[in-house]
Amino acid sequence: MAKQTFILNGKPVTVNVNDDVRVLWVLRDLLGVTGPKYGCGINVCKACTSHINGRAFNPCSVRVGDLKPKDRVTTIEGLADGRKLHPMQQAWIDRDVAQCGYCQPGQIMAAVALVRKVRREGRSITERDLDTIRNICRCGTYTRIREAILQGARDM
Amino acid sequence: MTELHDHQSAAPPAALGRRSFIGYVLAGTTLVVGADLATGSNRASAAIPSGPQLPELYDLEDLQTDSALPTSQLITVTINEDGTASFELPRTEVGQGILTSTTMILAEELDLPMSKVKVTLAPARPELVFNQLTGGSNTTFSTYTPVRVAGALARQKLLEAAAILFGTTADRLTTTGGVISDLAGNNVTYGDIAGDAASQVVEAVEVVLRPPSDFRVIGTPKNRLDARAAVTGKKDFTTDLDVPGALPTMVCRAPEHQGTPKENGLKNLAAIKKMPGVTHVAQISSGIAVRAKTFGHCIDAIREMQVDWNPGTASGESDETVLAGIKRAELPLVVPDVPVLAESVETEFEFMFRSSAALEPYAAIADVREDGAEIWAGLKVPILAQENIAIMLGLPVDAVKVNVITGGGSFGHKLFGDHALEAAEISKAMGVPVKLMWHRADEPRQGRLHPMATSRVRATVLKGGLTGEDQVLSFEQRHTSVVTDFSHGLGEILTATADELPTEVGRYLGGLTFSQSIFTLTQELPYDFGVVTQLLNETDQRFRTGSMRNIYSPDVAVAAELTIDQLAKKVGMDPLEFRLKFLKNDRVKAVLEKVRKEGNWGRSLPAGVAQGVAIHKEYKGATAILVEIDTRPSTVNRDLGPETVTGPRVTKVVVAVDCGLVINPRGVEAQMQGGVMDGIALTLTSSCHLKNGRFLEASWDNYFYTRQWNVPPEVEVHIVETDSDTPGGVGEAAVGSTAAAVACAYARATGTLPKRFPINHDDPIAFKPKSFVPPVPPSPTNGLKLTY
Repeated sequence: MAKQTFILNGKPVTVNVNDDVRVLWVLRDLLGVTGPKYGCGINVCKACTSHINGRAFNPCSVRVGDLKPKDRVTTIEGLADGRKLHPMQQAWIDRDVAQCGYCQPGQIMAAVALVRKVRREGRSITERDLDTIRNICRCGTYTRIREAILQGARDM
Repeated sequence: MTELHDHQSAAPPAALGRRSFIGYVLAGTTLVVGADLATGSNRASAAIPSGPQLPELYDLEDLQTDSALPTSQLITVTINEDGTASFELPRTEVGQGILTSTTMILAEELDLPMSKVKVTLAPARPELVFNQLTGGSNTTFSTYTPVRVAGALARQKLLEAAAILFGTTADRLTTTGGVISDLAGNNVTYGDIAGDAASQVVEAVEVVLRPPSDFRVIGTPKNRLDARAAVTGKKDFTTDLDVPGALPTMVCRAPEHQGTPKENGLKNLAAIKKMPGVTHVAQISSGIAVRAKTFGHCIDAIREMQVDWNPGTASGESDETVLAGIKRAELPLVVPDVPVLAESVETEFEFMFRSSAALEPYAAIADVREDGAEIWAGLKVPILAQENIAIMLGLPVDAVKVNVITGGGSFGHKLFGDHALEAAEISKAMGVPVKLMWHRADEPRQGRLHPMATSRVRATVLKGGLTGEDQVLSFEQRHTSVVTDFSHGLGEILTATADELPTEVGRYLGGLTFSQSIFTLTQELPYDFGVVTQLLNETDQRFRTGSMRNIYSPDVAVAAELTIDQLAKKVGMDPLEFRLKFLKNDRVKAVLEKVRKEGNWGRSLPAGVAQGVAIHKEYKGATAILVEIDTRPSTVNRDLGPETVTGPRVTKVVVAVDCGLVINPRGVEAQMQGGVMDGIALTLTSSCHLKNGRFLEASWDNYFYTRQWNVPPEVEVHIVETDSDTPGGVGEAAVGSTAAAVACAYARATGTLPKRFPINHDDPIAFKPKSFVPPVPPSPTNGLKLTY
């Protein structure tokens, strides 16, 4: 059993678990951080989307042993700064996006990363960018997700 | 602020007025009121003339509502000392928004802010018998009036208690925000007076409901109450619950559909038990269960298991052999007795297996002890799960507590208690609490499926007959399907209710199977097409099926509406005009007119792009859908990388819905949009392939539910005003009509009538099937290379 250390939602955490356990299970089953959801375990459905050092990643597909002590893992629980919601979360509420809500933490984390990515590329988000989002919503909230991302991007 | 209704002038119970009902004040230390869930339901009593189809008079909504009659007084609203009202809804929230809409209904009648109304999900309550089934888009239709009665009665009793306290009469009091006031400046909160309003005995009380003209909450758009929890990661689903000792548990399943392990089937038990994190291993009826420190450890253990399997229930079978069996079971079409000049249109369609799995896979927590058991799961028929678990464990029903947890979607999947039953079996076998989760790969391969089916139609039309008008003389539809499993309770409801139904309705259903009864109660073709018959025949019980969202309607609607387009073509009429000419129901005509206008029907489009339109009448309402589809190569061949099925794209959808009285228009809009996404997937992309008794699909990169690259850039929802004062069902109302409209548009855009759905089923399969042994894929390790 190895000691695994990384920064989770702003605070350093240490867990005793083998290197090859995927980060999703470390978060959910060992640390009780359940915002990232299981939907497939093979980086397809994207329900577990979270951020590593500010970029989107899927913890179902990363060994905890591959995390470095200074790596900053952010889940939906750590997206907001204090009590005030992140603009993307607020957009989700304004558009009343969620239905069952299971995929929505991953959708929001993916949306924030996508907006940051297109900004790094020096442009703003387009319909074509929205078409590339791979997160599945089986309730079919896609239309409101698209609207909310455009609003969230304006406010970010 | 609301003026009190004058109860003194209300009609006596013997002749209750339009909005007068009887409620019950129950005995207790605080105010508890009850209502009969049958309150407000109107039983069908008319004879069945030959013309109308059964659902026009009595449909599945009525049946589910009527089945609640004997037990319904048991739903109660409690006024708590802190001034809040609480209500346990005997239904399940799976994303459709019923916790929010029910809160709105109670807030309206109680005159309380929504924040002070606490609606939760009731645990399994066997005394409710058939009154705890969430399905058929029936929740609001069946609970609307009873919930209002309870709310209105609570407010009435609070006012009466306050009147005594203030030394005045109730009609001089007003309520606002949970405070009762009189003109002299006296105030008392609901919480403070709730004890005074309590009763020592059960009493029946007449109550008058608020007239719709006074509604201030119902009909206004409200966001979901759990929206903030959902976007902050705080909304808990079953696997998020922290039940002490309930460690992650998964099952190694057979390669073939419904295969089982041989006796002592796990050959390397000792090695598996020694694997990291593993605490328990046990063979159960469906496979080999493993409990471990994390789900990741379970997946690792399953991948190492060497198991001897029995064949499944469809060993050696494939899509084509199952289809051949269906065709052998098809009922003959009647040769209609029509004038020789009449022309006929014959069509035949095939619908492949589909998976009803939600994004949250099957999951359940079970803690089985010697003398009792407790279960936590998303369940739409919790009583049946409770009874089946009790039978399996050999425990009395009241020793099994079943907690209903909000589900991460259902779409029919959670009608069955497969997951709860399996978790209980594992917990009993291991002797410890378990948190069972199905792997995604388990869902399409071993989970519930929408059955494969064919639908044939023969219609006859007479051009410019005696009157000079074109006439459709007959429309016969024969739907033949792999058996749909209704053992989740709808069947039992039918058995129990059929005897009680008005004679003519009962006679109509007499002799039909459960499935045929459901079919008969849901299918309605609202056109003046002369002799109309729609019949179901079922065959082949070897598959684990269930009623997927909208049950038979999408397939039946696709076949019917495509045939109607062919009829229109035959007489040289525009498809939408043709529908308007023959529709016999004004509500359906109104929604069709609405999409014609809003969707700019008939506008000029380039070759390969076309509009399509379809209607559907069910759930005490009607929908019309107008779509535009782009089938040009530049769209169809879009390359968005691997595992990405693009194909034709629906570029615009206009929905018009008349769902009766609207509780929450925002919720209606959401249900319509979601139904649209389902309908698109059903017609274009989503299916399961059977080969050698195995379903090939194992994850979302195989099962092509609508994704962002398939989503129409424009989706408009129009709620059409209606004079109905009761709510209809919206959860499924847009699925069948969208599937049909997309099919019609595709046929018009390509000039070919598709025969098999989804249309991409026979394209080269767009994925490499994942391994069957082991039955679950490994989690990748390259996630840090794929960040963005």
